[in-house]
Amino acid sequence: MQTVKMVVTGPFNSGKTAFIGSISEIPVVRTERRITDHTRSIKEQTTVAMDFGRITIDKDLALYLFGTPGQKRFDFMWEILSEGMLGFIVMVDSARPETFREARRILDTFRTYSNTPFVIAANKQDDEDAWPPEDLKIALGLDQDVRVLPCIATQKESVKSVLLELLYVILENAAEEPAHPRRR
Amino acid sequence: MALKGNLKDVSLNQLLNLIYLAHKTGALTLQRDSNTTARLYFKEGKLIQAAMDGQSARLTDILVQVGKLTADQAKAIRARAQVDTDKELGLLMIQNNVLSQADIIQGVKNYLLESVYTLFTWHQGTFRFDPNVLPPPERITVAVNLDHLIIEGSRRVQEWEHLRDELPDLDVPLKFAERPDINIRSINLSVEQWKVISFINSRNTIRQIANFLKMDEFQIRRIVYGLQTAGLVDVMPATTPPGGGPPVPLPPPAPPPVGRNVLLRVIDRIRKI
Repeated sequence: MQTVKMVVTGPFNSGKTAFIGSISEIPVVRTERRITDHTRSIKEQTTVAMDFGRITIDKDLALYLFGTPGQKRFDFMWEILSEGMLGFIVMVDSARPETFREARRILDTFRTYSNTPFVIAANKQDDEDAWPPEDLKIALGLDQDVRVLPCIATQKESVKSVLLELLYVILENAAEEPAHPRRR
Repeated sequence: MALKGNLKDVSLNQLLNLIYLAHKTGALTLQRDSNTTARLYFKEGKLIQAAMDGQSARLTDILVQVGKLTADQAKAIRARAQVDTDKELGLLMIQNNVLSQADIIQGVKNYLLESVYTLFTWHQGTFRFDPNVLPPPERITVAVNLDHLIIEGSRRVQEWEHLRDELPDLDVPLKFAERPDINIRSINLSVEQWKVISFINSRNTIRQIANFLKMDEFQIRRIVYGLQTAGLVDVMPATTPPGGGPPVPLPPPAPPPVGRNVLLRVIDRIRKI
């Protein structure tokens, strides 16, 4: 069976695990541990290695979703998880501007691993303090052509929209690739 | 008797001034740390030869460094020449019309000057002046007046201080500036600038790039400052701990895209979830 892989990354508590959990057909394989440091006031548990979800496309093809650990001290995992990815999503907690700089740092780091397509998910758009995607794009200092998409990671339809947008970007990039000679 | 001391107390400029005014002959050895040493030779108050640790002082290598020969030319000359000394090698190149005598002298002179200019950025370390010590006789020597060197040295010290103020921290990575108003077509980059640019990513600090490209702090600061001034790069906040490890090259090109058919199947499936 052929598999394709996408990575969901972003700062601590940006909603990566929830994003994968909303769309995966299998219970997300989580590697969460109870938080012992000061970040515990934000959430009780965090991903320490990766989250893993799966969507079966058909009998010959499956899509794997990998979520990266958000805490900086586990960033050695990022490059390992990014190997062979089709594209990646950077989750940003739109209601916590104090994490925007970290989100940008993560994006820059992932872009050094591989020149694969990506989108930004402006998560927690149901929070009244959430920054609109266009403002977030400016705050992150992104180019105009980068897609920053509204997202609520706990809602399947919203997650679908983000995944589809990323796939469209990948498709556009694939179309720009020079045609491979036909195999005889 | 040898003159000894610390560069913190007596600067290179002051030492050169002393050698110039006293018409001294001898070897000045500078040691920045246990691995970095330089030796300058003087005759009657003029600089005649320089040797830097880690750099070959053979004539062909010097001429490659100053752009008078290509690496391939130097290799071919060394392979064919059955001579032992630089003087014989120089004569052979002149007789075979590879370079003129003026070219060789100018090349050696440029190498001497650049070597000494680098040393003006050494603000700590020890020095020792051994009178009447001359370079090995097989080396080609030229005579460089120290008065111009001292003036240029002072200018470079000022430039160094300015660059250090502009770019105080080398343990930070660089990134490409995102300024759509910059007209890239009108910018011409030097080979050294291109070398630095090829290592720009969020994981390589300026210091790591310099170490890998064997540039000193002055050279890397000048190049980065130039790129910054041209609006091509920005300094990023530090993300990696300082260190001298090898820099990471630019990312590999994207893996071959999966077929369009595969992507359309994935899209179709997700739409139906």
